Amino acid sequence: MSDWVEACAAEDIDEEDVMRFDHGGRTFAIYRSPDDEYFATDGLCTHEKVHLADGLVVDDIIECPKHNGRFNYKTGAAKGAPVCVNLRTYPVKVDAGKVLVQIG
Amino acid sequence: MSTAPSRRDYSLIGRDARLAVESGLAAAQWYHTDIPRKQMKELMQRSDGPAIRDTAIWLAALIVSGAGAAWFWGTWWCVPFFFVYGVLYGSSTDSRWHECGHGTAFRTQWMNDAVYQIACFMIMRNPVTWRWSHTRHHTDTIIVGRDPEISVMRPPDLVRLVLGFVGVTDAWHAMSDMLRNAAGNISAAEQTFIPEPEQKKAIRIARIWTAIYAATIALALYSGSLLPLMLVGLPRLYGAWHHVMVGLLQHGGLADNVTDHRLNSRTVYMNPISRFIYWNMNYHVEHHMFPMVPYHALPKLHALIKHDLPAPTPSILAGYREMIPAFRRQLRNEDYFLKRELPPTARPYREEFHNDTVAVAAE
Repeated sequence: MSDWVEACAAEDIDEEDVMRFDHGGRTFAIYRSPDDEYFATDGLCTHEKVHLADGLVVDDIIECPKHNGRFNYKTGAAKGAPVCVNLRTYPVKVDAGKVLVQIG
Repeated sequence: MSTAPSRRDYSLIGRDARLAVESGLAAAQWYHTDIPRKQMKELMQRSDGPAIRDTAIWLAALIVSGAGAAWFWGTWWCVPFFFVYGVLYGSSTDSRWHECGHGTAFRTQWMNDAVYQIACFMIMRNPVTWRWSHTRHHTDTIIVGRDPEISVMRPPDLVRLVLGFVGVTDAWHAMSDMLRNAAGNISAAEQTFIPEPEQKKAIRIARIWTAIYAATIALALYSGSLLPLMLVGLPRLYGAWHHVMVGLLQHGGLADNVTDHRLNSRTVYMNPISRFIYWNMNYHVEHHMFPMVPYHALPKLHALIKHDLPAPTPSILAGYREMIPAFRRQLRNEDYFLKRELPPTARPYREEFHNDTVAVAAE
């Protein structure tokens, strides 16, 4: 059974933005959507391993800062060239103002 | 002018490609100027407004100049119309495919995709192949054996450079590649940067384009007039000069095999008409360092980080005044390059890239 891990305070992330979270030698990206929901994915682009937290959130899309590869951060779906492999997503909940990620 | 055989192997499947991977030059970590996240987010923000405005002007100018050229066909009055139409067709499409390929011109993706497809057709660049080649160009900018978009290899082929201004070599290669792709052939070099599932798309596009050009040629033969080809295809030749003029300045004469865009890219101040045609890609160091920033925000980005960049080249003419002597010197010594000096406010280069035992830079 996977543990819930505290990633950050909910207010640490602006609306329609992303933040990097490192844990256990792995890197993740935590998102806050325009409608104030939180999501988490692997932190590196599946194309060339660039940190997505340096990218741009537009609606439900995260754009990689290096080659503009686009993923739906809610589902992890790759949205076309140059990204072809989906991102892994993780369950997220907000509890007492903290963003918790269930890391498998 | 005779030149010695190049010591650089630009093949994407050759010796230097292998060495770049082994040495860590390929897919390396590149230098970035530090920008606070809040400012970076503001710069990266997408907007449809500027690109819709510019695209409306661009399309209207294309239609008016093309219609004028056709109307005055057979008289000298058609020449100025073809001059404008040619630059809009054969040059401004270079920046349109580029910006829309990055997906930064418009906020709305279908608009990026639509202009990308149209511009790719006009500039004769297969939209699948070039999307992937440009991805590699940003990963491995001017890394010998890795970057498929090095326009001036060392030692420079000056004849080819000059022919580029009338699009002859580009169009020849584009047509050859199109027919080869249309026949279902993806080259070994293309296979190094186009993933297998995408290769079928490149073939499909090549077949569609072949059909369009065949129809245009048939129309020209049927009508007994060159006019159809003057409007579709040939503008890539007679209108190419502007995109080659500004495109050569992007990296020409500067360092290769470095992982700092301040060393291998050039920002050039230029007139507003050229900037409209070129969609602000004259801010080329800035574009490579932060490809997420839309063309309309590049002047702001430039103002924000210029303390960390080499002094911009003040004009197109100034760019050629430094680049042409560098090309001529590279004919005798291909290791020569123009070394970029940084202002005192900048963070330093990794000095090993300027080690004189490795490369001979300008004093």
